[in-house]
Amino acid sequence: MILIPVFLSIILVYTVFAVYAERKISGFIQDRYGPMEVGPYGILQTIADLIKLLIKEDIVPKSADRKLFIAAPAIVFSAIFAGYAVLPFAPGLEASRASVGVFYLLAIISLDVIGLLMAGWGSNNKFSLYGAIRAVAQMISYEVPLSLSVLAVVMTCQSLDLQEISYQQSLWIKDFSKISDNNYLFGIQSSDINITEVGGFLTWNIFRNPILMVSFVVFFIASLAECNRAPFDIPEAESELVAGFHTEYTGFRFAILFLGEYAIMLLVSFLASILFLGSWNSPFPNIGFLRLADWTNGYPGTISGIAWGAFWLISKAFSLIGLQMVIRWTYPRLRVDQLMFLCWKVLTPLALVVILISGFWRLMMN
Amino acid sequence: MMTKSHIHKGAKSTYWGSISEGITSLLAGLLLTFKHLFQALRYKREPVGVENKDYFSFDKGIVTLQYPHEAIPVPDNGRYRLHNEIDDCIVCDLCAKICPVNCIEIDAIKSTEEIGKTSDGSTKRIYAGTFDIDMAKCCYCGLCTTVCPTECLTMTKTYDYSEFDVRNMVYHFTNLTPDQAEEKKKLYEEKQKEKSKPKSQETTKPSGTEDAKAEEKANIPKPAFKPVIKPPASTPESREDTNLKPEEMSGTIKSGETKPEEKKAAKPVFKPVIKAPTLNPKPEEESNVKPENKPATSESGEIKPEEKKALRPVFKPVIKPSVPKVSQSEEASNEQDRKQDATDEKKGSTDEPKSGEVKKPAKPIFKPVIKPKPKQEGEQGDQ
Ligand code: SF4
Ligand code: SF4
Repeated sequence: MILIPVFLSIILVYTVFAVYAERKISGFIQDRYGPMEVGPYGILQTIADLIKLLIKEDIVPKSADRKLFIAAPAIVFSAIFAGYAVLPFAPGLEASRASVGVFYLLAIISLDVIGLLMAGWGSNNKFSLYGAIRAVAQMISYEVPLSLSVLAVVMTCQSLDLQEISYQQSLWIKDFSKISDNNYLFGIQSSDINITEVGGFLTWNIFRNPILMVSFVVFFIASLAECNRAPFDIPEAESELVAGFHTEYTGFRFAILFLGEYAIMLLVSFLASILFLGSWNSPFPNIGFLRLADWTNGYPGTISGIAWGAFWLISKAFSLIGLQMVIRWTYPRLRVDQLMFLCWKVLTPLALVVILISGFWRLMMN
Repeated sequence: MMTKSHIHKGAKSTYWGSISEGITSLLAGLLLTFKHLFQALRYKREPVGVENKDYFSFDKGIVTLQYPHEAIPVPDNGRYRLHNEIDDCIVCDLCAKICPVNCIEIDAIKSTEEIGKTSDGSTKRIYAGTFDIDMAKCCYCGLCTTVCPTECLTMTKTYDYSEFDVRNMVYHFTNLTPDQAEEKKKLYEEKQKEKSKPKSQETTKPSGTEDAKAEEKANIPKPAFKPVIKPPASTPESREDTNLKPEEMSGTIKSGETKPEEKKAAKPVFKPVIKAPTLNPKPEEESNVKPENKPATSESGEIKPEEKKALRPVFKPVIKPSVPKVSQSEEASNEQDRKQDATDEKKGSTDEPKSGEVKKPAKPIFKPVIKPKPKQEGEQGDQ
């Protein structure tokens, strides 16, 4: 329960500064400054914008379906926020150590689609409806490669428990993992190179099972589509649909929808970090007497363990978000047919092949 | 393939070709944006002008100039906001005349003596009662700065001076307050009176030196008095009038251009009277000066409604009633002397407002005489 306000405040603070970072990154990519006036280097710009947003009039269009319109932002945000319940924030620290965490997470994120459809349909506006339809089509489609790429990880780790997946990538696999005892280089037990004590990035899932690197790319692309981020932002394509499903939203409701968008960015980035990038573990391995992994990790359950864990997990997630932002300002939006081509003809087959290979790979692991 | 067109677009029109081309081009795109991202963190365009030899060498990094905080320097020959160093201005009116959009308004107040020197040694003889430049009208052609003899009117490098109210775009350069300007005007009127009186007295001496001396004593205060008294006396009336006829005021502002015509029309009435004496040279000189000023005053009249209000009422309605009252009462005593002076005074009167003195002589002469007065007052007032 403690983690509810923690995650909520993290999301709020993160959203404020993610918007700022996004504007800065887009500025730098385009050889400009981005916000510079409010606060030093414009760092308070988003706060000013937020205050402006919150004091704006809350408009519900006359011809809108009032109930759907009002309920939609709440559903969108609560569906996404519920996903945070199973995130292992640090070793020994999670809101719920559900043994079906991954499954739950994918299921609850899917509820997001319902909220978006409600928002688009309830607005009684063709732009909103087009946006919502596109969003639904896109998100349902991309859930397939997304789930398949997650499935590869689940096969490798033999668990749906996110904390268990985290422990398997840590130095304390012996003590805390219920499934594995040792990590071998690239997961090949017959190589007899035991890296359990080395840790660092070598025990990340993408190195325990190198084929998961491909899976990670698939997951990352699919998660961009899941977040409606560019280049998969056709549900809210500004140049065609005004703002897509949230065209009619103003003030606080718009802020909630916006918060939901940034929250799901953060959620999928957390998920990618946990599943592929070693979760809350330090990227630094122990090399001989340089106990980098020991120095930058804390024993599960201790204060330092929680602090280091939270630090590494958040750092990884923020790096991925930064990558998402750079991608947004690099690539043009896909056409709908290109979107479906990519999903069904490239990513899904690829994810299936990865599953096949990682199944074989799993046989080589202990 | 569902989208053959899509596949044929790629250089390699195969499934794997499209994918590999897609991957390489996506990576190239990412590299490009990362390059810009890191260059933006390291390099920044400096705010240097085009005359700097490095101007074209800034080809990476942030190009934004944060304008209010930094700005590209203005070239030395840039044409932006005008500035008039009023202390160096000889109020020659050349700038106002050459301005193609008539945005310079000058109200010249003559002075009888030298006011001072400009920094380049020119003698200043005219006060600028008004020196307004309407920068909202200005087209920045720079003609006024080239024509200015003392080079006191210059283009500055200030280009950011927008205003919320367009009226604030009118820049007032005069160093006189309205009160001071009024004072100078009166002073000049007095001086002119003093000048012209000695002339008239010389001519009148034969008739009665004692009276003349008495008059001098009496008149010296009088002129000083009258101008002082009359304007105030007339202004209240005039204000009433103006209050009554705001429309007229606005109308008169526009019609200000037509006034010179009225004045001109009045002159013909004058000259016949004036012709008689051979003293013309002086009056003519003065009168020659005035025509120059008149256009200026009429132009300036547009700007300063307040001054005009005071003046105009004096012009049209106020004058006739007031003149008879004042002149009749005072001049009953002076009539004898005046008759002789009348012709002379009329010459002088072109410049002077001595209404009572001039007019009283003979009633037939009344009407023609009266008209000049209004002019004179008006002219002097405008100056
Ligand atoms: S720059 Fe040209 S338009 Fe402007 S005041 Fe001078 S003469 Fe007139
Ligand atoms: S031309 Fe120069 S000196 Fe003459 S009135 Fe204009 S600013 Fe003054």
